[in-house]
Amino acid sequence: MLTDIAIIITKIMIVIGGTFTAVAYLILAERKVAGFVQERYGPNRVGIWGLLQPIADGVKTMLKEDITPAKANRIIYHLAPAMVLAPALVTFAVVPFGSGIDAFGRHIAFQIADINIGILFIFAITSIGVYGVVLGGWSSNNKYSLLGGVRSSAQMISYELALGLSVVGILLLTGSLRLNDIVEAQIGMWNVFRQPVAFMIFLVAVFAETNRLPFDLAESEQELIAGYHIEYSGFKYSMFMLGEYSNIITASALIVTLFFGGWTVPFIDVTKLGHLGAFLSVVSFAVKTGFFLFLYLWVRWTLPRFRYDQLMHLGWKILLPLALLNLLFTAAWITYV
Amino acid sequence: MVRVENDLQGEILELSFGPQHPATHGTLQIVMELDGEKVLNVEPHIGFLHTGFEKLAEHMSYNQFVTVTDRMNYLSPLSNNIGFSLAAEKLFGIEIPKRGQYIRVLMSELSRIADHLVSIGTAAMDLGAMTVFLYGFREREKLYDLFEWATGARLTTSYTRVGGLMADLPEDFPDAVLKWVKQFPKTIDEIEKLLNHNRIFQDRTYNIGVISKEDVIKYSLTGPVARASGINYDMRKDLPYSSYEDFEFEVPVGENGDAFDRYLVRMEEMRQSLGIVKQVLANLPDGDVNIDPDSKLTLPGKDEVYTTIEGLIHHFEVTMENRGILPPVGEIYMGTESPNGELGFYIVSNGKREPYRVRIRPPSFINYTIFKKLMKGAMFSDIVSNLGSLNIIAGELDR
Repeated sequence: MLTDIAIIITKIMIVIGGTFTAVAYLILAERKVAGFVQERYGPNRVGIWGLLQPIADGVKTMLKEDITPAKANRIIYHLAPAMVLAPALVTFAVVPFGSGIDAFGRHIAFQIADINIGILFIFAITSIGVYGVVLGGWSSNNKYSLLGGVRSSAQMISYELALGLSVVGILLLTGSLRLNDIVEAQIGMWNVFRQPVAFMIFLVAVFAETNRLPFDLAESEQELIAGYHIEYSGFKYSMFMLGEYSNIITASALIVTLFFGGWTVPFIDVTKLGHLGAFLSVVSFAVKTGFFLFLYLWVRWTLPRFRYDQLMHLGWKILLPLALLNLLFTAAWITYV
Repeated sequence: MVRVENDLQGEILELSFGPQHPATHGTLQIVMELDGEKVLNVEPHIGFLHTGFEKLAEHMSYNQFVTVTDRMNYLSPLSNNIGFSLAAEKLFGIEIPKRGQYIRVLMSELSRIADHLVSIGTAAMDLGAMTVFLYGFREREKLYDLFEWATGARLTTSYTRVGGLMADLPEDFPDAVLKWVKQFPKTIDEIEKLLNHNRIFQDRTYNIGVISKEDVIKYSLTGPVARASGINYDMRKDLPYSSYEDFEFEVPVGENGDAFDRYLVRMEEMRQSLGIVKQVLANLPDGDVNIDPDSKLTLPGKDEVYTTIEGLIHHFEVTMENRGILPPVGEIYMGTESPNGELGFYIVSNGKREPYRVRIRPPSFINYTIFKKLMKGAMFSDIVSNLGSLNIIAGELDR
């Protein structure tokens, strides 16, 4: 009993610590990649190759003055950043990041909670994230942030449909909502080859869900200046950023889990290799996730931004019917072939 | 039947866009009435960058005012210098030697490229494509290094004088420009690769801010904005000045008059400008850049000033406040094709050292007049497409 609790707490600490570290260095990576794309250096003053920059950034935001607008709705204003950050972190709880090891006389899965409704849990929790954005935008009592909040709520709700429907195809193929089952079903054949259309829809929708360019209308720094977090400063602003980047990491991890075989390693059955296999599986998961994180940054520094009506058009008139067709086709395939 | 009123109509949001706003690239205010994301009405306000350029001119000699023109369009100060000096020379009734004219052409084409790079870059950045902006700035930086070499300053160039230039080009300058000209097309290609076939960029600019041919004439728009709407009007071709008739180039003309065509026209103009720069460098004549100092309008050589009393007196005659160069009484208008359109100076002279009145026709100010019409009924995000593609320079709005 005590061992079980200790194991769970250890796993939680590893995941939270890992995510925060990853977020810190993802922000650095973003600036470095931006520098690389735009032929400039990026941060290189703090530490070797700018590696201590995240620490400097963290200290800076904590020391900055935390401003609350006079006419803001205080409770919601203070709560909103947490409502963005918390769901972003919680989502990772069900993502399996390795094959697991046998220790202390039991099998320890590399996953905090192996629940049998994993996918539903993820969709439920990510939907909560939108409240933080909307309420943050509304409670600041600023017209620009209100517009940003309204935009993001419309956007997230619209794209959640396509996002959900694109995954249903995989559920039909796997017959389980548990993420570990989905991963294991992909040994030998990744879902991206079985469901290429679903993958494309999922990729686009997940970019929209995380409010990243070309879908960062909620922030759109040019028209709305900073959108929903325009009035936030200091560590509250940081929490919005942490939430955004944690969401990116979770989204990348999800893409990998659902479409790129999660922690499986191509041509090697890691479950039979013991501790070495567990290590390999974690590395495989990290490498794949890293690639999609890079894709996020790459896209951000290459593409312009959609307009609000074009975004809605893409979501409702293109992605949603496409996802439905894909679902229909998959269902027919399973039934008749 | 009971008629049900549509009670879902929300409130109209009045939003002040600027005067401090990242997308205005200067200080201008636009008060908007928004119905959700739809713009019902916009009210552009100017006056936040009032500098009184025109009034200042009444207290300055013709050569002194050149320094003020630097600040008018801060993206292409050299074009302003040249525009004003050409106007002043027309008033004085003089024409500078060929070499000086060619150097002016060279400089105004280089500054046209610098201006277009920023205008395309900021337009793309406002749509979210920030990398284009930095690619443009990388090249502009090299251009500004060249300007600094020739004129002594990056922004406040003040390169021209009545009757010539501040100085001839440095010895290796033409080679350095040629070197830059050779590597520059790569950047144009890069920008085109990033934007031309980019579906999102197309969606954001196709049929956005369409200006019809009639409107161009009605609002007297000029420059790339007019040419994108299919009006083939370019001062360099139609009313050549400063030996533009010696060079071969084409005037790109658009068809649809939307934001995308304005972008295309600017891209093609950069290519044409490169062609002109090459021709200037190939045919740069020898000789003086200034008119003969015996005309008592330009300064004598320094060797003369320091060694002869006549030279020293001549120097003071030109520069001193109670002397100076005196134009004939009269009034003239001189327009030049600045990167944004027709930049005109209307000078009224009463024969004194300072002009009686200078009226400036800035292209941005006139081009901005159509903005209200473009924004009516557009989406909120179109504001950046329109502002960016019209290339509004706040420094030119308030004079």
